[in-house]
Amino acid sequence: MLGKTAGGLFWMFRYLERAENVARLLEAGWRIALTRSGEGSNEWQSILITAGADSAYRERHDSYDAAAVINFMLRAQDNPSSVLVSVGLARQNARLVRTALSREVWEATNEAYIALKSALARPVSERNLHDTLALIRNRTAVVRGMLHGTMLRNDIFSFARLGTFLERADNTARILDVKYYVLLPSATFVGSSIDNVQWEVILRAVSAARAFRWLNEGDPTPQAIAEFLILDARMPRSLAFCQSQMDRNLGELASEYGERRPCHDLSRELGEKIGTSSVVSIFEEGLHEFLGAYLGGLQALANQIQTDYRFHA
Amino acid sequence: MPPCRGRNHAHSDVMETDQSPFDEMLAAAEIARDPYRDYYDWFAGEEPRRLRQKSAEAETVFRRTGITFNVYGQSEADERLIPFDIVPRIISAREWARLERGIHQRVRAINAFLHDIYHRQEILRAGRIPKEIVAANDAFLPEMIGLSPPGGVYTHIIGVDLVRTGEDDFFVLEDNARTPSGVSYMLENRETMLQMFPELFTKLKVRPVSAYPQLLRRSLAQAAPESSPNARPVVAVLTPGIYNSAYFEHAFLADQMGAELVEASDLTIEDGRVAMRTTRGHTPIDVLYRRVDDDFLDPLTFKPESMLGVPGIMDVYRAGNITIANAPGTGIADDKALYSYMPEIVEFYTGERPILQNVPTWRCSEKDALAYVLDHLAELVVKEVHGSGGYGMLVGPAANKRELAEFERKLRARPSNYIAQPTLALSTVPILTRAGLAPRHVDLRPFVLVSPQGIEITPGGLTRVALKKGSLVVNSSQGGGTKDTWVLGDEN
Repeated sequence: MLGKTAGGLFWMFRYLERAENVARLLEAGWRIALTRSGEGSNEWQSILITAGADSAYRERHDSYDAAAVINFMLRAQDNPSSVLVSVGLARQNARLVRTALSREVWEATNEAYIALKSALARPVSERNLHDTLALIRNRTAVVRGMLHGTMLRNDIFSFARLGTFLERADNTARILDVKYYVLLPSATFVGSSIDNVQWEVILRAVSAARAFRWLNEGDPTPQAIAEFLILDARMPRSLAFCQSQMDRNLGELASEYGERRPCHDLSRELGEKIGTSSVVSIFEEGLHEFLGAYLGGLQALANQIQTDYRFHA
Repeated sequence: MPPCRGRNHAHSDVMETDQSPFDEMLAAAEIARDPYRDYYDWFAGEEPRRLRQKSAEAETVFRRTGITFNVYGQSEADERLIPFDIVPRIISAREWARLERGIHQRVRAINAFLHDIYHRQEILRAGRIPKEIVAANDAFLPEMIGLSPPGGVYTHIIGVDLVRTGEDDFFVLEDNARTPSGVSYMLENRETMLQMFPELFTKLKVRPVSAYPQLLRRSLAQAAPESSPNARPVVAVLTPGIYNSAYFEHAFLADQMGAELVEASDLTIEDGRVAMRTTRGHTPIDVLYRRVDDDFLDPLTFKPESMLGVPGIMDVYRAGNITIANAPGTGIADDKALYSYMPEIVEFYTGERPILQNVPTWRCSEKDALAYVLDHLAELVVKEVHGSGGYGMLVGPAANKRELAEFERKLRARPSNYIAQPTLALSTVPILTRAGLAPRHVDLRPFVLVSPQGIEITPGGLTRVALKKGSLVVNSSQGGGTKDTWVLGDEN
């Protein structure tokens, strides 16, 4: 496979995952805005920070108004992480790697782009926000489904999945990091339940509120949430899960190519860090420090994959 | 009458514009010509509303598939669909057999001509075409002199543009011997028709076109360099990139052939071979089906500023270690200045009379011809010698006074830059409009593959149709559409 093609696949699926993550974030933010009067504006800011779009937003807007944030995150062409921009870039990469994709995957991507371009052509109102977010989730899910149902399990598939899980791990780590202060056990309330609003944002942003309730009998302690999103390998958006998938995809590349590369060691180190941590040791090290180190490690891993598999000349 | 090349005694009468054009479907009102008889019966029994619905359906299919092209010179890098008309263009087995013979002959002559013009230049020595028309031509590449491409093939892919003016009158308008495009539309148009009207294909025996990508791959592989170390020749398609107007087609063909789609930035020269950068290292390529122009192929040999090319690829080519398809320098064969000599070229190399006619052509470089052209500008089509895509041309009968005056100035300033031809009454095939069937002018581009083992012509080709009533310009960049082209089997 061409190095350029590997890079195109990796980024195509990173952008699709990103679009989906932004939709989840907005869904969480919108839910808070609807159910908690007066507490919403801070949430919108933390959502922008999580998506890495806060400073771009502030250049254009004076206040954190729900409609402005939602439209900025969904459809602003000058917001590099808006859904519209991400889906456009995903499709552009799909065009670039067209020969590596099954017709079904390409058409699902192209149709996702066509549908979202039309749905996001005009400002999204409160009235149609729910449908719009559902459309984003559904369209990206169809691409993923087509990938699973129609593609060979070879290096093409591995690079696509690597992009997905790297982006997802990055997103989950960011959500936790932006909220780390609410998860810090304060000296006076060790073991206490945290503010409902906050944990709801976190769990909803990773579509895990329901799963968490079932596993923890609805008791949202900081430790339980951190453990669930960092260490629980059953949870498909946890760091442990994403990391194990990346290890697996990289392992498939190593056996297909008959050779391990430096990125394999980096990934194993990251995995070991998670595998040997407990929620106690993470809080002892400092949650923020732990997440900061992990995000840095992910970035280094992405760069190394790009070098090892010759994405660029 | 000043010298006009290729005017053919018997058929000159059918070329006048004041006659109503030949319609390929209807011989008279409600009476279909033979090849269309079954289709016409079927059509008569269809609900017009259902057909219009099918038309809209086709557009959705094309949009979903992403069969789009980028328009040059538009403010936004916009992707457009080429309009598709659901009424097929139908050619009988007998008509096709003759076209096939004519195309075969012409393509043989073109390859022989290219070999000759870059080697002994017998045709120039024999005085059959003037030396200066080759020597002073930008499309002639001195770098190719004395060089023999692997397998002896110059034009691996040719798209011969044909027009028709009467029952038996086909003319070659242009021999696209560089990088002809449009074959993906031929294939996708057929796929779409198969999906929408399966019942028609059980009723009529239409010859299939779907083997084209496999034939293309085989044909390219057969022309691979003998020095190749690969058991199975490695074929790659070179594209200028995703912003090129024909990018869809490049990706489509690579995908259908199972070949890599590369850009210049993916290629490098390693151990005297062209190699592509892959996730495992560098893999040597044997055959490069390039969809970039000669000028951009090798910045060391041609345009130094080219970002689309591979520095040093011409050295590899000279050493016989890569096949470039088509070979550099084939443009001399489809140059419009040379076009009027095609009948001589066919005779010279095949020893036969040309089966397909040339359109009569005035070379404006000749004084008498120029004078005639200037006198009759309003009746003629004037083309730039190096133009393509329907740009920079004048359709006299459709031009206003200002446009005519402007072209007259251009002609006087650089007469050798132009040729002129009579305005042909191109045949029509109906398209489906709101009001029902309406005749529109068409042309036809069959696709021809050449390998050391022989010549392969896919039955049919791409029919382009001018959607505007009365218009003669079929180019997609200028409001043209396409139709599926059916060649009927013998049993029909």
